[in-house]
Amino acid sequence: MVTSITSFSRNGVSDWLMQRVSAAVLAVYTVFMVAYLLFHPDLDYYTWSGLFEHTWMRIFSLLAFISLAAHAWVGLWTVTTDYLKSTYQRVGAQMLIILVIFVYLVWGIQLLWGA
Amino acid sequence: MSNLQVSIYRYNPETDAAPYMQEFQVDTKGRDVMVLDVLHLMKEQDSSLAFRRSCREGVCGSDGMNMNGRNGLGCITPLSEVVKNGKLVLRPLPGLPVIRDLVVDMAMFYKQYERIQPYLQNDEPEPAIERLQSPEDREKLDGLYECILCACCSTACPSFWWNPDKFVGPAGLLQSYRFLADTRDTATRERLSDLQDPFSVFRCRGIMNCVAFCPKGLNPTRAIGKIREMLLADAT
Amino acid sequence: MSNLRSLTFDAIIIGGGGSGLRAALELAKSGKQTAVLSKVFPTRSHTVSAQGGITCAIGAADPDDDWRWHMYDTVKGSDYIADQDAAEYLCSEGPKAVFELEHMGLPFSRFDNGRIYQRPFGGQSKNFGEGGQAARTCAAADRTGHALLHTLYQNNLKNNTTFLNEWYAVDLVKNASGDVVGCIAMCIETGEVVHVKSKATVLATGGAGRIYASTTNALINTGDGVGMALRAGFPMQDMEMWQFHPTGIYGAGTLVTEGCRGEGGYLINKDGERFMERYAPNAKDLASRDVVSRSIVMEILDGRGAGENGDHVFLKLDHLGEEVLNKRLPGICELSKTFAHVDPVTEPIPVVPTCHYMMGGIPTNIHGQAIMQDDSGKDQIVNGLFACGEAACVSVHGANRLGGNSLLDLVVFGRSAGRFIEGALNEGIDYLDATDADIQSAMKRLERWNGSEDGESVPDLKRALQDIMQTDFGVFREEKKMQEGVKRLAELRERINNAYLPDKSNAFNTARVEALELDNLMEVAEATAISALERKESRGAHSRYDHPDRDDVNWLKHSIYCPKTKQLGKRDVNFRPKTVDTFEPKIRTY
Repeated sequence: MVTSITSFSRNGVSDWLMQRVSAAVLAVYTVFMVAYLLFHPDLDYYTWSGLFEHTWMRIFSLLAFISLAAHAWVGLWTVTTDYLKSTYQRVGAQMLIILVIFVYLVWGIQLLWGA
Repeated sequence: MSNLQVSIYRYNPETDAAPYMQEFQVDTKGRDVMVLDVLHLMKEQDSSLAFRRSCREGVCGSDGMNMNGRNGLGCITPLSEVVKNGKLVLRPLPGLPVIRDLVVDMAMFYKQYERIQPYLQNDEPEPAIERLQSPEDREKLDGLYECILCACCSTACPSFWWNPDKFVGPAGLLQSYRFLADTRDTATRERLSDLQDPFSVFRCRGIMNCVAFCPKGLNPTRAIGKIREMLLADAT
Repeated sequence: MSNLRSLTFDAIIIGGGGSGLRAALELAKSGKQTAVLSKVFPTRSHTVSAQGGITCAIGAADPDDDWRWHMYDTVKGSDYIADQDAAEYLCSEGPKAVFELEHMGLPFSRFDNGRIYQRPFGGQSKNFGEGGQAARTCAAADRTGHALLHTLYQNNLKNNTTFLNEWYAVDLVKNASGDVVGCIAMCIETGEVVHVKSKATVLATGGAGRIYASTTNALINTGDGVGMALRAGFPMQDMEMWQFHPTGIYGAGTLVTEGCRGEGGYLINKDGERFMERYAPNAKDLASRDVVSRSIVMEILDGRGAGENGDHVFLKLDHLGEEVLNKRLPGICELSKTFAHVDPVTEPIPVVPTCHYMMGGIPTNIHGQAIMQDDSGKDQIVNGLFACGEAACVSVHGANRLGGNSLLDLVVFGRSAGRFIEGALNEGIDYLDATDADIQSAMKRLERWNGSEDGESVPDLKRALQDIMQTDFGVFREEKKMQEGVKRLAELRERINNAYLPDKSNAFNTARVEALELDNLMEVAEATAISALERKESRGAHSRYDHPDRDDVNWLKHSIYCPKTKQLGKRDVNFRPKTVDTFEPKIRTY
């Protein structure tokens, strides 16, 4: 077995499952968003913000954000381990990716629940 | 194409600072011979040309090479299948270190093969005769056991290029599944637990280069999918 | 002290094919320091090309099958010069060896009841020839050799055998008392030459079909072990006995298994006639290989051959149906499409008898110990030297090998050599070390090539050799042509002794390997030619126009070729099996 400590789960099955499940969530979220936008051609700020007043929408969005973070992490972790052969470069890039994903996730949560 | 123009990758570590392409004119007498026959004609012109070959009928897996950009076995690839505009470009299998000319160092490839424990493991006492196996169970091994270890698949796989030390690669995984699928093998759990990390199996991105280039028409991607299913079933 | 690096093992096995790997497995399991030295990665060895199966009375197709029936077929097939103690050992130990292979994981095809699938093959009978055709050849589709070789390699990995892959054995090293104490070997990748020291040296180097221009054999089958043994002065047995397989693909020479005829295929001439009915009314297309090959050649000589030049016949399979062909003979369908541009599902395959197997070789007993004759013609063991597989002549094949018996030979005698060596090592082996002079004499040949400055090229000389063998020592032979051939070979030897190796580089120099192989081809060819010329009778695969009949009075014997004198002697055939009655020579018909 190949061990790799920077993979959060350290397990390919769980990474793989995470990526597939998060992809499914993102797909549903995307379809919902596109449909919502199509059904509201004259969308204004109040309607839009009203949508996000619903608790279910906040949870749904949070799920999508977490999925996006997880999906991005697994994908980018894979990319770094494929192409960055210098350990320092790879670890550096992975730290940067974690930081960026973390910042975006926190920011997203703040947007959803902060208002 | 009586006179075939062949451009071939040359590198002799003792004399060449860097590899280069050498041009040959080969008289095939207009016949649609195999690429290996062309190599033999070239070797008569220049005996220093190095390549591996053995059975010359596509079962030993010695002469995997890259012909006009496609991996395959020289001995069962007729010129009509690969030559474009009267020209043939021959290179070693991509992604492995070159020893000399078309001869690559396959140590990494073999190491991955050995890693999957490519032998039957059965902890039950051996019967006095053979172990019985139904034709249906035996059929599960078809498309798996026929692998000739030519490395055409693994050296066409970008995931193997990037991580030859960690990703088992299509050839090794095909053999891994050959033993996972064998009803006579009792080491399924151990085999699976050795494969569940993020590299060994999961580096396969399903691009199917292995399927496109396998000279025996085998389907490693399908085998990898089956291993993934088994891993999932085992882990959830 | 010699400046060569030396490697030391308890046993060195030269050759990584079926018999070498089987011997190695036995030794590795026993914990002996064992190395397999192979000029190709083991799974590239020629065993991989064996198709039809491994013949053995395991009683799956017929529960009443008996190894004695198999032994009878083997002895009859050999035209009565197989050693009956060896044939007995082969057939009686066979089932154990085959079950072991299955336990190791060999993916045999299966019958509905779960037992190993067995198909009919040529020369097989029930009840000592009285009970009709038997089905005794255990098969993994038509890829049995591939399955067997990979299984053995895998089990050697499991047991941590040491492999020296892509190493080439140059010559045997003998000590002052004439014992074999190792060999000189070259790492092909780096060109480094080392002295391999070993208490047991096993030659498992396979056949030498490449002495003929048209052969089913791999390009690597250059008789390296036989060449080494001949140069070391050891005799060869029955070297005139070369099997021509009836069905090599016309033009390409690639093998089409006898299993095709076992599954119901048959041969037809240009008129579509099933001509084997005329030559072998009972067994027809499943007569033994020498008979079928001669029949094909006679059809061709009588003007009933097919094609523009009337020089081949056809193997008809289409009547078996696509399903059977895909299930039982998938590899043949593939080969036929690639090399004959013919799909057997719809069209017959053009075939012609093609050199296939060397029945002769290094004479050994059933333990794999090499044998020579002392001055009075008595058998004498060669200390330190063993042989198994096609390189050896135990002899279980005599003048003609039955299909499916070669794979059995590999595993039974590989295993038995391994066991015997294990026992001998346990008892303790102590030979004199080789001196610098001994090593030096084994280095001569390599140094000759490395020092060559001018001369003829290796490929030209190889072609010349193959042409001589093909024209003068083919399916049918005659005195005058053979005399001519022997003379031409003697001249060729001179030319080869002065040949030139232009490329003297070290890294993966395949030209040097081919040059060294040429010497071995020369040794094998000459031994074959002189043996064939001197055996003045027709027996098994050895057919002479000038001596068309079998001569049991003078030639119910092994021939023994002595490389020092280039003379042919005789050696008694063993007619004393331990547990069954002797099979007395009879007229051989199918």
